[in-house]
Amino acid sequence: MTWEPVIGLEIHVQLKTRTKMFCRCPVGFGARENTQTCPVCLGFPGALPVPNRTAIEWVVKLGLALGCEVASRAVFARKNYFYPDLPKGYQISQYDLPSCINGKVIVPLPDGEHEVGIVRAHLEEDAAKNVHVGGRTGRIGGADYTLVDYNRGGTPLVEIVTAPDIHSAEEAKRFLQLLRQTIVELGVSDAEMEKGTLRVDANVSVRPDGSDELRTRCEIKNMNSFTHIARGIDAEIDRQIAVWESGGEVEQHTYDFDVATGTLTSRRAKEEADDYRYFPEPDLVPVEPPADLVERLRAELPELPAERIRRVGTALDHERALVLVTGGLDGLWEATVAQGAEPVAASNVVANQLVGAGVDSAAVDPAELAKLVAARDRIPRKAFDEAIAMVGDPGFSAAPYLELETVSDAAALEPIVDAILAANPAQVEQYRGGKDGLLGFFVGQVMKETRGQADARAVNELVRAKLEA
Amino acid sequence: MTGIVDTLTLTAEDALGLVERREVSPTELHATYLEAIAARDDELHCYLRTVDEAEGTSIPIALKDVISTRGVETTAGSRILSGYVPVFDATVAERCKAAGLSLLGKTNTDEFAMGSSTENSGFGPTRNPWDPALVPGGSGGGTAAAVSAGLAPWGLGSDTGGSIKQPSALCGNVGLRPTYGTVSRFGIVAFASSLDQVGPVAKTVRDVALLYRIIAGRDPADSTTVELPAPVELPTDERLDGLRIGVPRQALALEAIAPGVRAVFEAVLERARELGADVGECELPLSFDYGLPCYYLIAPAEASSNLARYDGVRFGRRSAGTTYREMVERTRDEGFGDEPKRRIMLGTYALSAGYYDAYYGQAQRVRTLVVREHAAAFERFDVLATPTSPTVAFPIGDRAADPLAMYACDLLTIPSCLAGLPGLNVPCGFSDDLPVGLQLIGPQFGENTLFRAGHALERALALDLVPGRLRG
Repeated sequence: MTWEPVIGLEIHVQLKTRTKMFCRCPVGFGARENTQTCPVCLGFPGALPVPNRTAIEWVVKLGLALGCEVASRAVFARKNYFYPDLPKGYQISQYDLPSCINGKVIVPLPDGEHEVGIVRAHLEEDAAKNVHVGGRTGRIGGADYTLVDYNRGGTPLVEIVTAPDIHSAEEAKRFLQLLRQTIVELGVSDAEMEKGTLRVDANVSVRPDGSDELRTRCEIKNMNSFTHIARGIDAEIDRQIAVWESGGEVEQHTYDFDVATGTLTSRRAKEEADDYRYFPEPDLVPVEPPADLVERLRAELPELPAERIRRVGTALDHERALVLVTGGLDGLWEATVAQGAEPVAASNVVANQLVGAGVDSAAVDPAELAKLVAARDRIPRKAFDEAIAMVGDPGFSAAPYLELETVSDAAALEPIVDAILAANPAQVEQYRGGKDGLLGFFVGQVMKETRGQADARAVNELVRAKLEA
Repeated sequence: MTGIVDTLTLTAEDALGLVERREVSPTELHATYLEAIAARDDELHCYLRTVDEAEGTSIPIALKDVISTRGVETTAGSRILSGYVPVFDATVAERCKAAGLSLLGKTNTDEFAMGSSTENSGFGPTRNPWDPALVPGGSGGGTAAAVSAGLAPWGLGSDTGGSIKQPSALCGNVGLRPTYGTVSRFGIVAFASSLDQVGPVAKTVRDVALLYRIIAGRDPADSTTVELPAPVELPTDERLDGLRIGVPRQALALEAIAPGVRAVFEAVLERARELGADVGECELPLSFDYGLPCYYLIAPAEASSNLARYDGVRFGRRSAGTTYREMVERTRDEGFGDEPKRRIMLGTYALSAGYYDAYYGQAQRVRTLVVREHAAAFERFDVLATPTSPTVAFPIGDRAADPLAMYACDLLTIPSCLAGLPGLNVPCGFSDDLPVGLQLIGPQFGENTLFRAGHALERALALDLVPGRLRG
C-alpha cells in the first residue's frame, strides 16, 4: 500500500512592533532580563491591557496578504492555564472570532501549483521565557529551579493555522519559505526561526493513497529551521507508516524534534488536560476595524511573492522563480534582465554566485551586473568571481573586468603546458601508467601559472593531447 | 473629641469650604480624622491601615483596599496579598491625588470584594457603627462604616453586584454605583471585570456627585471606559415635578423583603408623589427571576480567571514548596479564604469544556435579555426604585455559614449591575432603629437624574443619620 501524508502547520510570528501587544514596554532582543516589563505585562493586580493599534493593523495586513477575509468584529479571549511564563494565569488570544479567516496560499511545486488553505490568522500575546536550570529533562518537572525572563512576555504574536492541505515535507518547506518571504516583505516581522520570531509546529498524519479520511495526527514541535522541519516531518511520516503497516495504531501525541540526532523524542504528557476555559476577555472591547482602514491596507499591499513567482516563472521556470522570490532576489534579477541580461544566466548569477559571495543584493547596480552576466563566458573565471564579490561595493564599475580576455589560444598556452609537464616528470609517468585523476593536477598548475586567465576547457584539451601524444 | 470640627456631621462639601476659606488646613483636617479613627476604629475595624502624613491640598479620603495605591500596601482584604505594595496608583487614586485629596487610609473589604457583610475579610470583620454586633454590609463595609462613623468625610468603594449600594444602605449613607465604563478600573484589584465599577460613598448626594465628578471620564489605560456624555451637575432642585418613577412589580413581590423595609419604602414613594413625581409600576420579570443565578455564573467565571495571577511567583504571599506546582498550590490554599475558593471552583466549572454553553454562555444570553428589559422600562420611566437591601443590618455570624442566604442580600442590587446601569443608595428611613436604603436606578449615563431625585428626597426626608451611640 502507498500512503499519503496529511500535514497542517501552526505558525507563530512575532511582530516587530515598537511596543508590546497590550502595554507600552519596548519589544526587542538582547536587553537585560526583566528590564522591559511593567505592571501590565507582569500581571500585577489591577493592571489592564490596552491593545496595540499597529499590531491590529498588521494582522489585518498579513491576513489580506494570505487571501483571508478580515473579520468586521474580532474578539479577544482568555486562554486559561497555569505556568510561570504566563503571569496573569491566562493568555490573551483570539478564539471563536479571530481577526482573519478563510485564506489561501498558492504554492508552486515542480508538478504545478498547489493551494494551501489558511484556516485563520489571529492575534495574541507571547508568553515570557522560562529557563529551566538543572535536571536532565529540560522541563520544569525535573529542573532544580526555573528562571523567568518577562521581557518577551506580551510581545505581539500572530498565529497562522493552515488547513491539512500539505502532502509532503518538501511542500511544507516551500509553503514556509513563501510565507516567510511574504511576512518579511510586509515588514511586520523579521520571521527568523533561529531567533524564535518565527515558530512552526507541524501536525502530521498519513492515510492510504486515494482515501480522504483523516487519521490520528501527531504534533511535532521545537524545530528551528526549515530543513529541520522537513526532516522532522519525514521522520514522523516514516514512523506512522511503519506503525500502520505493522498492524498497530497511531496514537495522538506530541513530539520534540531533536536537532542533534534528527530524531523525534516523545514529550512528557501534559500535566493537565487541555481545557483552557476560553471566554471573551472582559477587559477589552471587540476589535472592529473600519472598512475604509481594511481597504486602505488592501490597496497598500505590494505585489506578493506568490504572484511574483507566477510572473517570474513565465520567463524562467517555477524552480528558479521560487528560489529568486523566496530569497528576495527577484527584484534585482528583473532589473538586471531589464538592462539586457539573458534571463536564465542572470538568474543563475543572482541566485547562486551573488548569494555565494555574500553580496547584499540591494546594493547592486543592475546595469553593471548585466554587463558582467553578458561577459561571464568570455572573461576569465577568476576575474568574474572577483568582480561578483565586489559588485555591491559603492561605485563599482564592470569595465576593467570586461577587458580581460580569457587565454584560449593554443599558441599562447602551449609553452606554459610544456614547461609544466617538463617540471613534473614523475606525475607524467604516473598519468601515463593509468592514473587519470592527475589531469586535474596539471590543469590546476597551468591555471595557477596564468593567474586564472586561461580558458579551463582549452587547457584541459591541450594537456590531455600532450600527455596522450 | 477635641477636634476643630465634628467629623460625625461634617459633609465633604462643608469640609471643602472650610479648607477653601482657610478656616482649617488640610493637615489639621487629616489629623482630626486620624484622631477619630484612633478613638473609634479599634471597635469598628473600618481601616486595614491608615496614612499618617497628609499629602494633599484639600480634604482627606478613604479608599477601599481593592484600589491600588503607590507605596501603600494594598491587599483587597486577602492574606494572599499580604505585604504587596503597588508600584503604581489606580487611575481613581491618581485622580483623587490630582484633586488634592489626601489618602487617609485603606478600608476593609470582603476578600477580593466577594461578600455582602465584610465578614469574609482575611483580616477580621468590620462592625456596623449603629450597632457593633451587626454587619455593615459588604463588600465595601469598611468605607461605608467609616463614612457613617465620622472616620472619613467620603470614600471610594467598588461595586460588582451591590458592594457600594448595600453597605451604604446598611450604614445609612449615600453610595453610587456608576454606569459601567464611566469610571476607570485601572489599578482596581479585579473581581469580575465585566461588572466591577468604582464609585463614591459619602454623607450626602451632593458629596457623591462632587466625588463622581473627580473620578469619572475616559481613561486610556482602561479600554472599556468612555467619556461622559454630559458634565456632572450638582443637584439643587428640591422638587420632583414630572419625574417618572417606576417600581418593578417583581422586585416588590420578593418575599425576602422584610415588612419593616417594605413599609419604609412605601412611605418614601408616597413622599415622592408629594414632591411631584409620577410613580407607576413596571415589569422586570427575567431580571428578578434569573438575575441572581446569572450573576453567580458570570461573576465567579471571571473571578476564577482574574484570581489565577495569585501564584506566589511575583508578588504577595508565597508558601514553601519543593516544586513549582506544590508552591503554587500551597500559596493558593493558604492564601485564599473560603469564599474566593468557592467562587474559583464555581467559575472554573462554569467555564469548563462541555459546560460553557449551558452555564457561562447561557448566563451571557440572559444578561442580554436583562439589558433589554431594563431599556424597555426606561422608555416609560426616568428612574426605577426599589429598596436597596431586603433587610436592615443583620448580626455578625448570622449568615456566614450559609452562602446562599448571604448571596440573597444582593437580590435587589444585582439586576441593574448586570445591565451596567447606575444605581444610587439614598437613606430613606429607619426600621428597628436601623437605616433603610432606597435604591434609585437610572438609564445608562443617568447619574445626573439620580442625583436630582436623590437630592430632593434627601432634603425632604431630612433624616438624622448620625448613629446615636456615637454621639459624644
